[in-house]
Amino acid sequence: MKSLARILPFLARTLAGLALTLAGLLLITFIIGRVMPIDPVVAIVGDKASAETYAAAREKLGLDQPMPVQFLRYIGGVVKGDLGTSSVSNRPVIEEIGRVFPATIELATLGILIGIAFGIPLGIYAAFKQNRWQDHLVRFVALFGYSMPVFWLGLIGLLVLYAGLGWVGGPGRISVAYRYSVPVWSGFMLIDTLRVGNLDAFRNALSHIILPASLIGYYAMAYLARMTRAFMIEELGKEYITAARIKGASEARVLWKHALPNILVPLVTIIALSYGLLLEGTVLIETVFSWPGLGLYITNGLFAADMPAVLGGTFIVGLCFVLLNKSSEIAYAFLDPRTER
Amino acid sequence: MGILLDITTRVPNSRAEARLIQGAMRLRRLLANPSSAIGLVLVLALVFVAIFAPLIATHDPNAQDFAMRLKPPSAAHWLGTDQFGRDLYSRLVHGARPTLMVVLLVIVMAAPFGFVLGLIAGYFGGIVEAVLMRLTDIVMAFPRLVLALALVAVMKPGLINAVIAIAITAWPPYARLARAEALSLRKADFVEAARGLGMSWRGIVFGQIMPLCLASVAIRATLDMAGIILTAAGLGFLGLGAQPPLAEWGAMIAQGRDQAFDAWWVAAVPGLAILAVSLGFNLLGDGLRDVLDPKHHD
Repeated sequence: MKSLARILPFLARTLAGLALTLAGLLLITFIIGRVMPIDPVVAIVGDKASAETYAAAREKLGLDQPMPVQFLRYIGGVVKGDLGTSSVSNRPVIEEIGRVFPATIELATLGILIGIAFGIPLGIYAAFKQNRWQDHLVRFVALFGYSMPVFWLGLIGLLVLYAGLGWVGGPGRISVAYRYSVPVWSGFMLIDTLRVGNLDAFRNALSHIILPASLIGYYAMAYLARMTRAFMIEELGKEYITAARIKGASEARVLWKHALPNILVPLVTIIALSYGLLLEGTVLIETVFSWPGLGLYITNGLFAADMPAVLGGTFIVGLCFVLLNKSSEIAYAFLDPRTER
Repeated sequence: MGILLDITTRVPNSRAEARLIQGAMRLRRLLANPSSAIGLVLVLALVFVAIFAPLIATHDPNAQDFAMRLKPPSAAHWLGTDQFGRDLYSRLVHGARPTLMVVLLVIVMAAPFGFVLGLIAGYFGGIVEAVLMRLTDIVMAFPRLVLALALVAVMKPGLINAVIAIAITAWPPYARLARAEALSLRKADFVEAARGLGMSWRGIVFGQIMPLCLASVAIRATLDMAGIILTAAGLGFLGLGAQPPLAEWGAMIAQGRDQAFDAWWVAAVPGLAILAVSLGFNLLGDGLRDVLDPKHHD
């Protein structure tokens, strides 16, 4: 409980910072929404509407109010979960995002799991073999990962593994044959197919998700391997490690019992950060794989000039980004006794 | 290499000569590392191709020839043709120009802005720092590609608007970097001395502190260029960056996408070019960090 007293002021400051950041986020989306070249009133009533209809619609949208009032109303709406109405489907944006977001989360989550499973062991191994060929190989593989245009790799992957070899499923989350046989429960295709015990559908969904998830997983792996290696090398250079080696601890013990626990805390931060990056990275991958998630929703909104959809989607991605970073900051403070802020 | 060896073994007689020798020694260390040498070659190749594109290209990049649609690589068309019968090799060569332009413009817009903002925040501290860094945090909290998407959507698609959108999202890391450096330097003895001599804050920030931070900004900018290229290519791929018929690598991948199953080379070739260039900037940035940054031991 003593540690809680130490952490409370930090927590309060972090939460205040969070509120301020979110307000800034909303201000940016608000400004973008207001300077856009498309008149939102015309988008609803059409350009042949009479002046009265126009004015009525304008008043209904609150656009006749002064800007600060509009902004406060906008914040008030977002707090209540109102992100506006899609000008294409005429449905609440929040409802549509709720429908498409699980697909993105499923993809990004599988991606980050792949990234962790490969990136962290590879980073540790490279640090252990520093400056030997194994290290160079890991660094090279990682370097490729974050130099790669991921949408291009996706295209080539589809070409070779789907069209050429037929090893994976094609675009989309599941084949048409299964699409209507799996009721939506959690929105995660892998979970929903298992819930109804449809193993064929599960295998089919898996064959669709494995390629895009591996690609963004490779990107995450590259980042995680690089950072893990850097943390580990720094840790292995410290005096307590030398002391442990001098007293005769085995290399395995030095690595797993001494060094690894100390880099776990910064690693948590890096994992949270790269998860946020993956949520964003799915925008391009979803386009290539026709993956019906948030990224595709935003880009489709762009081309349909559906600004409420674009801005709502942008806000949700930004919100996840901010929340992930802040929660990793808080986790950092709880886990690392050295954090004194 | 010979001339470098010659220069670096000389004993300097003047300040200018010492600078020259230091520069030559750094270049030697950069070239001694195979990966950073490869990076330098790739980046120089991009610059060379971009400058001499009309001379290196074999065809007009926009000349259409419908009799020659989607032909595989041959003696007449070294990398084949796209769906309008345009020569892919020539389009690839000309595509180096928008790529280089985007990178340079974004860096020129974003780096000095963030850099000066961070220096001022770090030097003054207090309320100035709190306000400026909160602003930085807010922009940084936004995912780059998605914010660029929303901005381009408002400004309407195009290469210059893509540059502006990327620049708006690219400055915060420079502000953070410069702030950290200024923060550690503002209490240094030589800064106190300059202040004691009555130097203005402008003189101290830009004359005394800034030169010491330039190396880390150069490293950061080089590593950043790879990311900028990927973001610009991504925007081009989505149809929000360079508009047709301009030969831009991201847009070329998008055009090749529809024929990918019949003519794979149309989409494959520009992607390799993007990969090579972003790899080059990453390798060069890593190498520069080893040479320029005394604090970094890798």
